[in-house]
Amino acid sequence: MIQKGNPDPTELELQTKPPDGRPQAEQPRWRKDFPIAWPQDEWISRRELTKFIVLTSGALAVGQLWIVFKSLIRPRGRPFPEEVVATVDELPVGGAKTFTYPPGSPPRLLVRTGRWEFVAYDQQCTHLQCPVVPQVELGRLHCPCHDGEFDLKTGDVLAGPPQRALPKVTLEVRGSQIYATGIEENLG
Amino acid sequence: MSRPRFLRAQRMPIVNGILFLVVLIVVLQLWLLTATMNAYLGGDTAVVIPAAAASLLCLGLNLGLLRYLYRLD
Repeated sequence: MIQKGNPDPTELELQTKPPDGRPQAEQPRWRKDFPIAWPQDEWISRRELTKFIVLTSGALAVGQLWIVFKSLIRPRGRPFPEEVVATVDELPVGGAKTFTYPPGSPPRLLVRTGRWEFVAYDQQCTHLQCPVVPQVELGRLHCPCHDGEFDLKTGDVLAGPPQRALPKVTLEVRGSQIYATGIEENLG
Repeated sequence: MSRPRFLRAQRMPIVNGILFLVVLIVVLQLWLLTATMNAYLGGDTAVVIPAAAASLLCLGLNLGLLRYLYRLD
């Protein structure tokens, strides 16, 4: 931007200086026809860039506040209903079954690990939500997408990219029926 | 029109320095957001509020730097 009046010659030169540093007479015609104050232009673009990065910073702060909001409205200690999710005879030892608990939730996975031993976890891997596959003989749950491994007894991460353990569904066996009684957020 | 405090040649390093600091702070905020999200999804809500406070502090720093940048003229 060229100031009117009595501009400082040094500043005027800075404002009209072409980017390659050659004198005006040697500049191509297009540059003479459309002179741009390159130093100023560059400076303004940096300023504009900084402004947009600060907007990004604002968006990240809003995201952080959203997590606070979600954590405040999340029900804590809410009693889960007791629900029959399967019968003992339904599954052979080593067998598995998916179910939803509570209704409308993401799918859970019930696995029979022994004659009277059952475990149940979220079926979705905590990495990228792929369904995990039980490998009872190896004592683990395997995520085939990225080779994530979870411990079948605890749900803890054994290997692979997942950072969080699988949420566990607490179970009770009464007679021939298996009840889901709650969800444990496993921090392991 | 009063003369600016700095010549344009002097302002450029200042602008570059501010840009560098702003980018650094945003990267820190991004890391903070991903770490907090991971903790929150894992059921750990203890870090949520301190992390939000830190992120707001970073935003405040960025806004201060941007204000300084606009007042360089």
